[in-house]
Amino acid sequence: MLNRAKQLSIFLAVLWAAFTAGYSFAQGEFYAFETAQQEQMFNELTRELRCPKCQNQSISDSDAPLAQDMRQLVYQMVMEGQSREQIIDFMKVRYGDFVHYQPPFQNSTMILWLGPIAVILIGILVIYFQAQGNKRQCANIEAEDLTPEEEQKINAILKNNADNSVSQASNTNEERT
Amino acid sequence: MSSKLKFWIYLSPLFAFILLGVFLFGGLFSDPTKLDSALVGKPVPEFELPDLYAPDRSHNESIIGGRVVLLNVWATWCPTCYAEHTFLNELQSEQNVYIIGLNYKDYSRADAVQWLQELGDPYQISLFDQSGLLALDLGVYGAPETFVIDAEGIIRYRHVGDLNPRVWREEVGPVYYSLLDGQE
Repeated sequence: MLNRAKQLSIFLAVLWAAFTAGYSFAQGEFYAFETAQQEQMFNELTRELRCPKCQNQSISDSDAPLAQDMRQLVYQMVMEGQSREQIIDFMKVRYGDFVHYQPPFQNSTMILWLGPIAVILIGILVIYFQAQGNKRQCANIEAEDLTPEEEQKINAILKNNADNSVSQASNTNEERT
Repeated sequence: MSSKLKFWIYLSPLFAFILLGVFLFGGLFSDPTKLDSALVGKPVPEFELPDLYAPDRSHNESIIGGRVVLLNVWATWCPTCYAEHTFLNELQSEQNVYIIGLNYKDYSRADAVQWLQELGDPYQISLFDQSGLLALDLGVYGAPETFVIDAEGIIRYRHVGDLNPRVWREEVGPVYYSLLDGQE
């Protein structure tokens, strides 16, 4: 029994250590860090840098040998104390803007940054003008499109309705009393 | 609203669709695996690599410059490199093109040497880059890749994929020969 309890406590301790200590796994590789900041930076960078070989995967996702080299390099640079920007620039010099999942704002990426805003603006404009159009159409029916006979007819219906509701109201009143 | 204005407003989605269609049609024929090299127009990065045949002999960036060269990245694990090898031999023997070979992350030195002995060696100098360090500095993301480097050691062109007569005639050759003409 005692043995079991001991085993369990060791297991829990190891589990606890695994969750709290500064380790990182990527594609089954093991990276040890000195500080939590280093680990966080490594995790962020490997998720933000794009694998040039298997596009649409970050270097943390990809199991390509090239991604492996790049992870190793990011790890070394993080441990050397290089800044986020230095590491990203290092990769950009070699693989171009492509390698970073945050494209810079420039002529060729203009549509990427401004496209969604333009679509939203156009949408708002379309809704606005449609609402305006509807309003005008309602106004038009009242003012212009009715012949005198039609107007009379409508008035009669309206009056009829009003009478009905009044009589209905009086009916209910009578029932209550 | 005048009916003319209305006509154009109702037609605008059609124009938007045609514009989008043209844009996407262009995208059909672009190759997303071809990345622009960030290194075109820049000098070859510094390096220090052993010779493929002689482990104790090493080369550095001074082997580049003084003449127009091709730098060809290859490996024995790369089937496309096998496909382009015959053409590289032809370039070297028939057109006297100076080619530097960069053996990239190969299984072993012996494998690479055996490959060159069996298929012929088109390289004036063979570099052995086991860890892929120079390749990484060059922004290589696969093999084969070929760089055209001018006499000042500036990278002028990068071709991803195999060299073959068509690619040489239409893309790489013109760059190479215009640099040669400029040199004379």
